[in-house]
Amino acid sequence: MSDRYSRQTLFAPIGEKGQELISQKHVLLIGAGALGTGNAEALVRAGIGKLTIVDRDYVEWSNLQRQQLYHEADATNRMPKAIAAEKRLKEINSEVDVVAHVMDVTTEEIELLVEGVDLILDATDNFDTRLLVNDISQKHQIPWIYGACVGSYGLSYTIFPGKTPCLNCLLETVPLGGATCDTVGIISPAVQMVVAYQVTEALKILVEDDEALRNKLVSFDLWKNQHTAINVSKAKKESCKSCGSEPTYPYLSAGSHTKTAVLCGRDTVQIRPPEPKEINLEQLAETLQNQGGKVDQNPFLVNFSINDEHRMVIFQDGRVLVHGTKDIAEAKSLYHRYLG
Amino acid sequence: MKLHINGESVEVPNSVDSVTELLTHFQLQDKVVIVELNKHILEKENHALTTVTDGDRIEIVHFVGGG
Ligand SMILES: [Zn+2]
Repeated sequence: MSDRYSRQTLFAPIGEKGQELISQKHVLLIGAGALGTGNAEALVRAGIGKLTIVDRDYVEWSNLQRQQLYHEADATNRMPKAIAAEKRLKEINSEVDVVAHVMDVTTEEIELLVEGVDLILDATDNFDTRLLVNDISQKHQIPWIYGACVGSYGLSYTIFPGKTPCLNCLLETVPLGGATCDTVGIISPAVQMVVAYQVTEALKILVEDDEALRNKLVSFDLWKNQHTAINVSKAKKESCKSCGSEPTYPYLSAGSHTKTAVLCGRDTVQIRPPEPKEINLEQLAETLQNQGGKVDQNPFLVNFSINDEHRMVIFQDGRVLVHGTKDIAEAKSLYHRYLG
Repeated sequence: MKLHINGESVEVPNSVDSVTELLTHFQLQDKVVIVELNKHILEKENHALTTVTDGDRIEIVHFVGGG
């Protein structure tokens, strides 16, 4: 056990001192998909003190090609990703305090999640959550690392409050739609490349070697053999509502987040109850069974196949994923028909 | 004309005049992008007015959401 981190401490920029720092740090990881599982495994193996991992989804067969913490039983049993990841991570390194939340992250949740956090890692699949992360990072002066990928393409940027431009400075507008993993696919090396960039920058931050940070927006296309790094420091805007001189943190204000969301490219609508509630899944499964349709469940969710086209997954916190539609109105009508 | 885009030499039709047209040529017109021209990062509102000429070194990064 004692030489568990020996190859990492032999690496001079980390050393014993760096390892000690790593073991005291708390990282918040938002998303437990491809990037999330890659980042989580690397950080847990590296021996971070605490990892909080948050995800709103469950494991499906199409995830197994690249989401490295999951195996077939997780897909068969529709295990929530946060729970399946936590289990595997604890097997990998029992010394790390791994905390999992099956949760959709919006303003209320993120304020609670960032308490005592040294670094936030972005492994989400959407810009709504990223801009929320960006605002909370500025508000509490916590660095965060953006990462994203699709096809054979990926990019990453480290946002350090007070030093670098923020994501809002770089984007100016929220990207809409576009290619997602579900419409043009993704190969696992693109994931691993982004993970490599994110984890390396994370280690630098955790060992407090700020000098070593990349300071560039990096992107690559592994299939087209392209690689780019741009110094974007000049993109920092004084007038930025997230990181400028008079910040209002626009994405943290309630109202910018709706209670329903179409999951990008997934033919799925998520509906959140007005207030979080604890659902009695046993009882719900029984009720739904009586209404026809096929019902199965695990301790975390109920899966209800309404017909060949539509399926609903109800989580313990009352959240529902309506599969088989992109139409919010249709999803809501199904939700109300079966769940009141 | 020949441009150096993301480290690679690329032949682009001479009809491509501005950065905006270049982005359209690569079907990036609907994407949020950061463009660097000869080591200078461009403001987005200047993409339409900035001309590209033979031999320019251009870096283009577009944002994607997947993860
Ligand atoms: Zn900003």
